Amino acid sequence: MANITNFKKLGVSLLALSLLIPMVINSVNAQQVTINGAGATFPFPLIDTWRVEYKKVNPDVNINYASIGSGGGIKQFLEKTVDFGATDAPLTKTEFTQAGNPVHIPETIGSVVVSYNVPGIQDNSLKLSGPVIADIFLGKITKWDDPRIKEINPELTLPSNNINVVHRSDGSGTTFVFTDYLSKVSQEWADKVGTSKSVPWPTGIGAPGNEGVSASISGTENSIGYVELAYALTAKMNYATIQNKDGNFVIPSINSTMAAVESSATVLPNGSASWSNVSLTNAPGPDSYPISSFSYIVLYSELSTNPSINQQKAESIVDFISWAITDGQKFSEPLGYVPLPAPVVELNKQTLNSLTFNGNPISTN
Amino acid sequence: MNSKDNKAEIVHLIGSKSNKFITGDRLFKALVIGASIYALFMVVLVFYALSEGSLPIFFKEGINFIIGTDWNSVEGRESFGALPYIVGTLISSSIAMVIAVPISIGIAIFVNEMVPGKIGTVLSFVVELLAAVPSIIYGLWALFVFRFWIVDYIEMPLHNTFGDNLYVFARTPFGLDVFTAGIVLAIMIIPIISAVSREVIKAVPHSQKEAAYALGATRWEMVKTAILPYGKSGLLGASFLGLGRAIGETILVTMIIGNAVGLSAIPTTLFSPGQTLSSIIANEFNEASGSFQLSALIGLGLVLFIMTLFINVISIFIVSKVTKSNSNVRE
Repeated sequence: MANITNFKKLGVSLLALSLLIPMVINSVNAQQVTINGAGATFPFPLIDTWRVEYKKVNPDVNINYASIGSGGGIKQFLEKTVDFGATDAPLTKTEFTQAGNPVHIPETIGSVVVSYNVPGIQDNSLKLSGPVIADIFLGKITKWDDPRIKEINPELTLPSNNINVVHRSDGSGTTFVFTDYLSKVSQEWADKVGTSKSVPWPTGIGAPGNEGVSASISGTENSIGYVELAYALTAKMNYATIQNKDGNFVIPSINSTMAAVESSATVLPNGSASWSNVSLTNAPGPDSYPISSFSYIVLYSELSTNPSINQQKAESIVDFISWAITDGQKFSEPLGYVPLPAPVVELNKQTLNSLTFNGNPISTN
Repeated sequence: MNSKDNKAEIVHLIGSKSNKFITGDRLFKALVIGASIYALFMVVLVFYALSEGSLPIFFKEGINFIIGTDWNSVEGRESFGALPYIVGTLISSSIAMVIAVPISIGIAIFVNEMVPGKIGTVLSFVVELLAAVPSIIYGLWALFVFRFWIVDYIEMPLHNTFGDNLYVFARTPFGLDVFTAGIVLAIMIIPIISAVSREVIKAVPHSQKEAAYALGATRWEMVKTAILPYGKSGLLGASFLGLGRAIGETILVTMIIGNAVGLSAIPTTLFSPGQTLSSIIANEFNEASGSFQLSALIGLGLVLFIMTLFINVISIFIVSKVTKSNSNVRE
């Protein structure tokens, strides 16, 4: 009997101890702030690098980013379960009003390349124009030696084989950018298919993810598809040179994408306005690559709208994002992302300065 | 007075003892009832959640959601129809069943009747090992390796020989189509069907088999007259178990079926890309935007749920019918 009581006592004291330990740890970590974000998969490698690097700058702040897709990110942002959302496509007008006019902060830039696998045709040697790409994906151009492809590639010997079209089967920001471009260069595409993260493809096979498209293209001769530039670079895929708005054929690269963003930066809206019409595709300029897009972080302009954000957290969020759009940009290029040009960084700084918490501007150190 | 007291004491004693019994009994009963209510409750809950989530799309599309072929989530042009994916699901799992059922029953008969005990055990162990392979492994293998074999050794020969005359083989194959999906699904469900079939065949009484042999039956005649009729209901049950898996399989199908959408997702040939109910949900759910697309995808979930339920009910019905007609064959 005595033994049992002893055991009971031991049990009770162990229980008390186990409750105490986390409390002690918590009090030690009281200054720690965790910022939760969710959204697009495209910027994930970059945001993940920021998470690690920002920890060195500011050890008290933890960044938590779940790459669940833009749609999921916007949903969680609207439901206020995360502190910031990330999306490849700007919020639609409906989402924008639903969220009470949040701010858009472009945090990086990506471009989409048209990749192909045609025996005997080297990387970058195939030239394509917007209307030709649109007609291939509409199923109107079906053979590689179609006169319209031959016309812009007189130096190539193209096979008389069927073109196997590969597109993304999952909803994706990459598809949004690609179809946005095709809608601008082909009226028929705009009328029949349109711009969205998943569209009613008239032809071709769908494969999930950049990986799926890449596997389908490399495993199938005479195929064509589209993937992100960063992915094409790491997977060493062949991609086409594309004719831009000024009529020049441009190789997709970080520099040609930068050129496109710089030429569009002058017409960008205020950070707190609706960005639903913002698009970098088919940008003017002699060196601009025509298929690129911002990826955005979205925040409430009044941060206290989300009840889980307090004054300290609001300051940390603003500080982290200011760091990401300035110092953090140096991590872009090694990962295949395009760094933000100066005018966009300036615009973002203004947007961050306009944010408030309980009506007061947020000071950062 | 005394005797009354004694009586009361005895009653009290028995009472307390039986009370103990009753508590244990009641606890067991409550546990069992609770477990079965839980199962029922989950089905009702899933059904309710799916119905509620898909209400907006049924209000918008009505019956067109079931028989329509459009699938457009572009803002302002929303239009959703489930027919291509219902067709895709039925076709891919039919192909899988046509391939898997004879092979699985063949394996089961071989393991039970043709090879001596130890080799049979090893063989059936190997087959069951295949059942433990996660479907994504089958999917990756199919996407990077197996699809090229299928194209080179099955699809291309079929296309070259019959392509001009038979429309089902007319399209030039490249391995991402309903036919490939069906074959890989078959490979995935063979272990399940053959494992259950093996048990069914094992349960056929020796007296039945010996009777067949005694009447001068060859091995094939014995299988035909003793094993197959006796095990019919069990073999059917095993096949439906496989069918259930094939219909619901998601990731493997998504990787190799070609994922077409809308009208072009209704396969016109065996070598056309298609899309199943579960694969389009997997493809589009993450990035679903706007209330209609999400609701339409939940609606597909409801269709899949009802389809699976329907197949299960049919299978129970068939099995019970077969068992009834078989009851006079018993020992």
